[in-house]
Amino acid sequence: MSDTRTPLIRLAKRTDMDRKKIWCIRVGSIIIALLLGFIPILLTGNNPLSAYGVIIQGSLSRPIYFKQTVKIAVPLLCCALAIAPCFKMRFWNIGAEGQITMGAVAATYFALFWSNRLPHVPLLLIMFISGAITGGLWALIPAFFKARWNTNETLFTLMMNYIAIGIVAWLQGGPWEGRKGSQLIPMFSDNARIPTVLGVHCGWIIALILVLLMYVYMTKTKQGYEIAVIGDSVNTARYAGMNVGWIVMRTMFLSGAISGIVGFIIVSGANFTLYKGVANGVGFTSISIAWLSQLNSFAMIAISMMLAVLEKGANTLQTRMQIPASIADIITGILLFCMLSSEFFINYRLIIRRGGRKEEQP
Amino acid sequence: MTTIITLIVAAVTFGTVLMYGTLGEILTEKAGNLNLGVEGIMYMGGAFGLAGAFYYEKAAGAAASGPLAIILAIIAAFAAGAAASAIYSFLTITLRANQNVTGLALSIFGTGIGQFVGEFMRVSEGGYVALSNNLKESFSAAIFPQALIDIPVVGRIFFSHTVFFYMAVVVAVLMFLFLKKTRYGMYLTAVGESPATSDAAGINITKYKYIATIIGGGISAIGGMVYIMTTAGCVWNHEGLSGVGWLAVALVIFCIWRPLNAIWGSVLFGAMMIMYLRISIPFIPTEIYKILPYIVTVIVLILTSMKNSRDKQPPASLGINYFREER
Repeated sequence: MSDTRTPLIRLAKRTDMDRKKIWCIRVGSIIIALLLGFIPILLTGNNPLSAYGVIIQGSLSRPIYFKQTVKIAVPLLCCALAIAPCFKMRFWNIGAEGQITMGAVAATYFALFWSNRLPHVPLLLIMFISGAITGGLWALIPAFFKARWNTNETLFTLMMNYIAIGIVAWLQGGPWEGRKGSQLIPMFSDNARIPTVLGVHCGWIIALILVLLMYVYMTKTKQGYEIAVIGDSVNTARYAGMNVGWIVMRTMFLSGAISGIVGFIIVSGANFTLYKGVANGVGFTSISIAWLSQLNSFAMIAISMMLAVLEKGANTLQTRMQIPASIADIITGILLFCMLSSEFFINYRLIIRRGGRKEEQP
Repeated sequence: MTTIITLIVAAVTFGTVLMYGTLGEILTEKAGNLNLGVEGIMYMGGAFGLAGAFYYEKAAGAAASGPLAIILAIIAAFAAGAAASAIYSFLTITLRANQNVTGLALSIFGTGIGQFVGEFMRVSEGGYVALSNNLKESFSAAIFPQALIDIPVVGRIFFSHTVFFYMAVVVAVLMFLFLKKTRYGMYLTAVGESPATSDAAGINITKYKYIATIIGGGISAIGGMVYIMTTAGCVWNHEGLSGVGWLAVALVIFCIWRPLNAIWGSVLFGAMMIMYLRISIPFIPTEIYKILPYIVTVIVLILTSMKNSRDKQPPASLGINYFREER
């Protein structure tokens, strides 16, 4: 083949980049994203630096703001933890939204109909467990079909989200409606609300425990290892005698169960009621968080806090500078784009043709 | 009878929105790219389409012509969708980012941009963005003469729709012909089925993926514009538009990736989504109607995977990036 056929830029995979450089690239991509975020702010005729200042102020400057920010971050973090094992297995579960919703439905059932029959702690425990089981079962449906007939899980889990949301819409206007015609489910009694610790509902403690458990599960246990093997190569797993279908179903149940717990935390710690927007995009945003953290439990804490700061701060931005709060979504989008791009430069090496001659790479 | 005809007409109106979203996504998925950003793309199409028509009218004043406004709205929406998909394409095709995550990021980004532009126009124009009644009418006017519409039964079902519906049908037929009857269409299908084989056969994978995804995104975006300009009455309405993009993704499966199925499929889905307003069936709560499209889609998905017939599967490489050096 002639030299001129060598493309100007070629790619090769690499795994040899040192950690320091990797982190430089990642942090650099975040900085670039924040700089790109200047553009929409400038278009509204505001000073980007002061706008970012307001975002930080509005989310972190006072204990009360900080608590609200943590409240936003908790479901994101838990849900990212739920998604991690699926994605590790290359099972693209994008149904966390629905699993959260179904977990919330189960927790709400006990909160509405059992709160005056059970004492505080057992009630909360039952809500917790029922949320986990319902979320898990909801996730098990697509997993079963994936294991049995190899049904496309991305599309299946996506559809399950809207079925779950539709069920809540029905409950809201039908059997569980509080005042007739209100389209609202009654607020939970105090008995069914989880206690606050240091000013934030204790969901944050559950989240931190889950971080540790998930880290141990993924790196130190046999099941975590099996998940990693399937993610690398399904065939290898089969040759090694693993029952891939069973592992897929088990992992999806686990993932759905954690998402279900998120649903419980949201209804019992933040909203105190159930409505069809209960998941509010958490299931989708947390997918990005899980992926960008490289499925590392501890990195998820940082990234979910970052997105929570943006979301909380953007609300302040709207009231103070009349910039639409949707700026949070735009900047989040840009952040995700930049961080996704940065992975390319970490995983691949660009080989640039020099002097028209094909060269040997070391 | 009149109820049924009214239902069909309303179903076509909402179905038209879905049809654009679906057709765009079919083209995208045919190239093996699962673009989950349709929701965001349709938001952007809606906001920019409205902006295109609105600022055109502002510039032209009373002399503004309806057809030109429609063309400008289409161009603005298409451009917005194409730009959004270009970001997606660059990330997934050139930079090989994960398709699911990139699509979801585009969803977040696009809904943000759509909302932002919609809000920004509202604030900068002093509270209310709406077209003059003349232009509004030209967007929702029927294009066939009244005599045809007056034919009993058939007239309203076939001839009473807006220009957007007939355009969507034309796009569907063209897409069918392109995919089945032209060499480039065959190549595109091959790229979606097996990029490695196509690459070995000398097809420029990158080019096909880019072009299909960008044009597909543009087509999807027109759907958002059609919603805002017809159903929503030329006013920015993000609540009505939310979920439409996801429904379009569902519809692609329901149509088993065939453009011609999108014509009746989208009208059927449109009917399911608005049926609760028109007909009540005893024992079935109206809210449950709205999840019918998703349930039907799940059933289609399960059945096609069980039967495992080769012509009814998703494109084989759907969602998987291609990297020549990786075997």
